[in-house]
Amino acid sequence: MGETEGKKDEADYKRLQTFPLVRHSDMPEEMRVETMELCVTACEKFSNNNESAAKMIKETMDKKFGSSWHVVIGEGFGFEITHEVKNLLYLYFGGTLAVCVWKCS
Amino acid sequence: MIPASAKAPHKQPHKQSISIGRGTRKRDEDSGTEVGEGTDEWAQSKATVRPPDQLELTDAELKEEFTRILTANNPHAPQNIVRYSFKEGTYKPIGFVNQLAVHYTQVGNLIPKDSDEGRRQHYRDELVAGSQESVKVISETGNLEEDEEPKELETEPGSQTDVPAAGAAEKVTEEELMTPKQPKERKLTNQFNFSERASQTYNNPVRDRECQTEPPPRTNFSATANQWEIYDAYVEELEKQEKTKEKEKAKTPVAKKSGKMAMRKLTSMESQTDDLIKLSQAAKIMERMVNQNTYDDIAQDFKYYDDAADEYRDQVGTLLPLWKFQNDKAKRLSVTALCWNPKYRDLFAVGYGSYDFMKQSRGMLLLYSLKNPSFPEYMFSSNSGVMCLDIHVDHPYLVAVGHYDGNVAIYNLKKPHSQPSFCSSAKSGKHSDPVWQVKWQKDDMDQNLNFFSVSSDGRIVSWTLVKRKLVHIDVIKLKVEGSTTEVPEGLQLHPVGCGTAFDFHKEIDYMFLVGTEEGKIYKCSKSYSSQFLDTYDAHNMSVDTVSWNPYHTKVFMSCSSDWTVKIWDHTIKTPMFIYDLNSAVGDVAWAPYSSTVFAAVTTDGKAHIFDLAINKYEAICNQPVAAKKNRLTHVQFNLIHPIIIVGDDRGHIISLKLSPNLRKMPKEKKGQEVQKGPAVEIAKLDKLLNLVREVKIKT
Repeated sequence: MGETEGKKDEADYKRLQTFPLVRHSDMPEEMRVETMELCVTACEKFSNNNESAAKMIKETMDKKFGSSWHVVIGEGFGFEITHEVKNLLYLYFGGTLAVCVWKCS
Repeated sequence: MIPASAKAPHKQPHKQSISIGRGTRKRDEDSGTEVGEGTDEWAQSKATVRPPDQLELTDAELKEEFTRILTANNPHAPQNIVRYSFKEGTYKPIGFVNQLAVHYTQVGNLIPKDSDEGRRQHYRDELVAGSQESVKVISETGNLEEDEEPKELETEPGSQTDVPAAGAAEKVTEEELMTPKQPKERKLTNQFNFSERASQTYNNPVRDRECQTEPPPRTNFSATANQWEIYDAYVEELEKQEKTKEKEKAKTPVAKKSGKMAMRKLTSMESQTDDLIKLSQAAKIMERMVNQNTYDDIAQDFKYYDDAADEYRDQVGTLLPLWKFQNDKAKRLSVTALCWNPKYRDLFAVGYGSYDFMKQSRGMLLLYSLKNPSFPEYMFSSNSGVMCLDIHVDHPYLVAVGHYDGNVAIYNLKKPHSQPSFCSSAKSGKHSDPVWQVKWQKDDMDQNLNFFSVSSDGRIVSWTLVKRKLVHIDVIKLKVEGSTTEVPEGLQLHPVGCGTAFDFHKEIDYMFLVGTEEGKIYKCSKSYSSQFLDTYDAHNMSVDTVSWNPYHTKVFMSCSSDWTVKIWDHTIKTPMFIYDLNSAVGDVAWAPYSSTVFAAVTTDGKAHIFDLAINKYEAICNQPVAAKKNRLTHVQFNLIHPIIIVGDDRGHIISLKLSPNLRKMPKEKKGQEVQKGPAVEIAKLDKLLNLVREVKIKT
């Protein structure tokens, strides 16, 4: 019984957690929204290839907001980065993914 | 193509003649012939070359003749070609066969002399030959004479050279091209005749400059992402969302209300797109503050200064000039009307126009406040000069205006635009001559606003504002009495009287006085349009102002351009007092605080203040107030403050403070009860009048 309930919960959770959850950001509002949308698009497009998603996000960000962007996507990682002020976004997406986008030249 | 043999003899005689005459030219010519000699020698040495496989034949064999007949028919051409005809579905023989057969072709390399290519080659070779020649000439200078003879010899065996030359026909022709055939042809410029120049400028010294900007600020950020943290974050977020949803459900009506409030705010914001109105309020306050600072001394004088010298002067007073009002837009216009606002005691209206028949132009209506002497509070401009104005007592925002062109108009100060709210027109019974005075009346039976106007066309018109329209009624048509009889033959001409001023009785509602251009004053009633109640032969020139005494109901005053001010009892046909001011009187005004005080202004720029209770023969103040030669046109007392405003014909308005001596009486009266005031005033004036009346009766 317990197991089935657990599975049910899991399914519920996966169904519900499709929205991006911003954990930390110091971007201006407009930029943050744009970046968030970009991350969602990339992660949905390359749902089983994090590398491609990261590449897409990086390249698009480079085009839109100037060069030297860095993107990390993964299910579990730890990091300590140096970033330019007002150029960091750290969000969770889809219930399992963490995406960190920052700029540092 | 000329064979080489033919060319050589042609050249030589020519060459010889020159060689005798000039040594220098000879060289050129010699070198020219050198080429010809060379070819001859070269042709001679040449022998016929035979191919090795040529048949050795005897003479007989060589002379043998073989006859061949050439026909146009191609022996190899097929005779029986058939082709399938799709049209007829059968094979059909083709009659026409191509008979042309090519046995041998060769591409030639001969070039016509005249062609471009030929010429080009010609020049090229000439150049080469030229350079060769010069070399040869240097070596041959020593044996010039020897050369000439062998040349002649060599020309003779020219026929011998013919044979080998003919054999090598092609080579000869080429030679031909190379030799310079046309000496007249323009010489090719020497491609190698050029000079090279170079110069160098100073090199600018090179300097290094560097600067460094501060790098964009950076910070560190660290976090750890793993599944359980992500899960926790999402769960937390979900809970939050649910809570907010519940809250929203609980507070929906409130939320709606707040939304409505926001909407309302928005709309109000939209309606206030012209926030300048708000700003203008602040600006106005600011402007007044600045003015208060600028005119601080004047404001102090207005409030507190009393001429201390009055105590030592016997019964005479002075006028202290305070603010001066003028505006650039009304610079050339004269002040034609002044009127204090009955509600706001610091506000007054000024009408601008011109009294000069020849210089009529535009008009203006300005409203000034004493609080801001530098700029008018309201400004209205019109095409025709403003001649008179009046402010409604109960509606102090309504200003009635009479124009020089005969129109009357009502301006509403509440309306921001500069056009009159109501205006008469030619259709709606406007005056045909300047309107000299307008006066608001009490509202009629139907509570409609109405006012009267008087004009030079002799009509006195009552204007009523009915349903946002001005309706006119002619109250009286002025006629000059007794003049009709002058015209014979039964024709009755009624010369019109020209009204110039009027005033309505304070208590007797229907009674009013009209001053005319002829100098007569008529006492009229609103109810009798054809008849005057009384006629006074008041002045010799046009009456400028008539004015009822504010206290005594029988007394009125008139002034005229004939230099006089007269005070009347309306029951007596002769004036009570006559004052000659030695100049045309522009305006007179009763003081609001005393029955015996009045002010008059004259065209020589003087203001006169009279107090009959103090001196009934002379003015107690007689002071020039206008700048330069400006003529004073109008005067008005403020209703509460002890000041008068005086306007002149250059558009200036001067406010003047009355010194204590000029307002002595009211001060004493103020000490008593207010209600008693009027009665005392009446008694005071009556006392004076009685003196005169007695004299009159006696005489």
